[in-house]
Amino acid sequence: MTIRLTMRVNGEPCAADDVWEGESLLYVLRERLGLPGSKNACEQGECGSCTVLMGGEVVCACLVGAGQAEGADIVTVEGLGDGEQLATIQQTFVDSGAVQCGFCTPGLLITAFDLLARDPDPTDATIREALAGNLCRCTGYEKILDAVRLAATRQSSSR
Amino acid sequence: MSVSTEVRNRTAGGVGDSPVRPDGMFKVTGQFAYSSDLYMDGMLWGTTLRSPHPRARIRSIDIGAALKLAGVSAVLTHDDVPGERVYGLEIADQPVLAYGEVRYQGEPVAIVAADHPETARRAAALIVVDYEVVEPVTDPREAVGHPYWKPVHDQPGQRTAMSRDKAPVHPEGNIVRHQPVRFGAPDTATADVVVRGDYEVGMQDQAFLGPESGLAVPDDDGGVDLYVATQWLHVDRRQLAGALALPEEKIRLTLAGVGGAFGAREDLSMQVHACMLALRTGRPVKMVYSREESFFGHVHRHPALMRYEHGADRDGRLIYVRAHILLDGGAYTSSTPAVVGNAATLGVGPYVIPNVAVDAWGVYTNNPPCGAMRGFGAVQAAFAYESQMDRLAAAVGVSPLEIRIRNAMSEGSVLPTGQVIDSPAPVAELMRRLEAMPLPPPLSEDLRGMPGGVSNTTHGEGVRRGVGYAIGIKNVGFSEGFDDFSTARVRIELVGDEPSVLVHTAAVEVGQGLVTVQAQIARSELGVERVTVAAADTQVGSGGSTSASRQTYVTGGAVRAACESVRVALFERAAERYGPGDYRLVGGTVESTVDGMVGDIASLLLEGPVERTVEWRHRPTQPVDEATGRGDAHVQWAFCAHRAVVDVDVELGLIRVVELAAVQDVGRAMNPDAVLGQIHGGSAQGLGLAVMEEVQLIDGKLRNPSFTDYLIPTIMDMPPMRVEVLELADPHAPYGLRGVGEPPTISSTPAIVAAVRAASGVDLRRVPIRPEHLVLPAARPGSDSGIAPGTPAHSTQRP
Repeated sequence: MTIRLTMRVNGEPCAADDVWEGESLLYVLRERLGLPGSKNACEQGECGSCTVLMGGEVVCACLVGAGQAEGADIVTVEGLGDGEQLATIQQTFVDSGAVQCGFCTPGLLITAFDLLARDPDPTDATIREALAGNLCRCTGYEKILDAVRLAATRQSSSR
Repeated sequence: MSVSTEVRNRTAGGVGDSPVRPDGMFKVTGQFAYSSDLYMDGMLWGTTLRSPHPRARIRSIDIGAALKLAGVSAVLTHDDVPGERVYGLEIADQPVLAYGEVRYQGEPVAIVAADHPETARRAAALIVVDYEVVEPVTDPREAVGHPYWKPVHDQPGQRTAMSRDKAPVHPEGNIVRHQPVRFGAPDTATADVVVRGDYEVGMQDQAFLGPESGLAVPDDDGGVDLYVATQWLHVDRRQLAGALALPEEKIRLTLAGVGGAFGAREDLSMQVHACMLALRTGRPVKMVYSREESFFGHVHRHPALMRYEHGADRDGRLIYVRAHILLDGGAYTSSTPAVVGNAATLGVGPYVIPNVAVDAWGVYTNNPPCGAMRGFGAVQAAFAYESQMDRLAAAVGVSPLEIRIRNAMSEGSVLPTGQVIDSPAPVAELMRRLEAMPLPPPLSEDLRGMPGGVSNTTHGEGVRRGVGYAIGIKNVGFSEGFDDFSTARVRIELVGDEPSVLVHTAAVEVGQGLVTVQAQIARSELGVERVTVAAADTQVGSGGSTSASRQTYVTGGAVRAACESVRVALFERAAERYGPGDYRLVGGTVESTVDGMVGDIASLLLEGPVERTVEWRHRPTQPVDEATGRGDAHVQWAFCAHRAVVDVDVELGLIRVVELAAVQDVGRAMNPDAVLGQIHGGSAQGLGLAVMEEVQLIDGKLRNPSFTDYLIPTIMDMPPMRVEVLELADPHAPYGLRGVGEPPTISSTPAIVAAVRAASGVDLRRVPIRPEHLVLPAARPGSDSGIAPGTPAHSTQRP
């Protein structure tokens, strides 16, 4: 059995046909909607590489059944910037050297974006707690912390 | 000769700067195409059926039901392998698809292509394999030392282009390689102070995040294009050519985005399988491993059993070291011979020791194959020798820092292989710098900073703090006489009216920043800011492996050499245009040493581009003697030292690493930000080995092939780091640089364990440390008789 799935993704209405009922939101985004930015590192909710915003909440797209996303408002890494300019957190990840292989980066960006929306001036302990569900194997997290701190600083100075 | 450092830095984004990485923008927007992101119209999905048994004979394979499933295009077994049925890096002994026998759990048996990944998985589940299960050999001591040992292989493997001259090919018996090292008179040396210990290192996984994956596209010429995440395109191609029975020029590899590697992509995984399916079906085939499959689909770090004896005088000056190192190589050879070579030649650490006897063995078992992982043989030995140095310090009554400083090697010291250390070896200085660093504040009052964290297991009661130190030594580049080279093609031309440089190599970017540093070198050497690094592929000569901390050294050396060749051609044009003179290229201009600026680089390119391709080698190394280990085996050494501060809940056995401090000599920080990234990330992997990471096996079967049960450090586990970087130039290396990537992984593990010992008072002999090792004496491994590797002397005789 297959279904037709409609969602809003990064502000645009979109639909996917012939979706098998066992597919995840992650599979639909990556393989049916041409949005491979959300990554497939563990596909069991442990690594955070597939993190997206669904209805404003941070979720692992691999754990969301495609049918559960019907009608939902989804934001992926592809939707963080405005098309012309990077979001602040994207720019600070580049500037701080927080990107190595980059496979964890899309999920971390979504999680950090969400954190800074809720808490514009987080302490280090708060940043660590917020990002605890996103594994990174390359950086040892030091420069990821730098990037989040720098984004908080830049965002507060631009307000 | 090359221009001076001062001049180089006048071209922005050159050597010594930290320009932003050219792929950074693509990686933060989701546009960077990793190997698992590839898509092509009409493509099929491949999947792999793997053995559930560590050891079994295959009576039959029935693919009938799988073939009949709607949506399935191909089901292939060993009968369908077009060429050589076995492959391997150093010894070809690993079947493309199992025939006759499976030798480890997870060994590929059949492959399927279908129109949906789930259809492919269902078809694989319909394949009926009739196995006759055989008792596996899972204890490496039994594999070599047991009177009734059972051979894992009954056929010798085949040498490959990478085989070392003296690498044994296991004609019978399970020893992949035994390498002794003898120096001085280790058999007769005696000492006033003697410490002995048995040590054990568990099996670590590289746990890169980007799964094994790629897309194979059949070509009209009967060949195949493969887009893949790997560490060495040309060695993949050599093995593909053998297995597919195609000439190498019909197999074109292009690097797809690599989601980390750490050694796990040095061996083939899905490469041959995807190409076989694509060639059979005539359609593009994509394969992506799941995380579970990834644990079965690549080699791991060799587990080790080690017995060490250190003898010293009353002041703690080492007189002798005797060591046995037994490395479990699992079912197939992979890079075990080279790992044994490292463990043997670097097995006593960065110390001056007049008498040494080391024996390192790598053996076959029916455990998962083990091969390359960051640190490569040096990690295992360092845990043992650094643990021994702390015990020696305690026995003599000096500090851990002092025992290391008293025995530190330095430039001019002689390794137990007889090789002279002919570049800076600042072992004592690294320790002194650690000593001078301030200590972190006392126990956190924030629950999130305590052992157990938000699990709320303690508010400080039962928590003890400890501090530990360690240092390690690692060879850089391929050793033991290997012809280690890289190829670079550099082209300079006008694009618009501006000079523009294109650097093309086959060297693999895995996240470390090689693309950035290649561009930096070109900017500095050619005085041009606009530099593009082409995608790595097999349209240019081999770049060698992205491993052994070697790419900035060797491919960096090749890029520099190609730039020098381009520069010579440009200087000839300058001489024609401006007359004879000494010229240099800086900031887009041509300068004469006499007249200053005489023109711009663009004017030299009006008559056309200049392109040069150069193959560059580091200085040669030698194989080591089979019986004594003597030989100038290594091209360069790198050193990193760590101080770890930990809080341990001694009642619950929970550990919190509070801070890691590191000091590393990098020779020349080509890109200071990237250097820090390597030290941070390498230290984190060493932390993982110390306190959480282990591929657990029971009777050869994996218990924890997932990120739920195989734990890698999160941002909560990884503490803040203090890092100092030294730049003591190696006169033999390009720019004086040293390889950076591996050393921080080596010393962080023993430093953390030393700190946990100091906090808990428990004599820990095994990593990773488990809570029960701290709180239950009966559960503690490593009594001095419990895990001894023994001497597998009679292992080549059948009972």
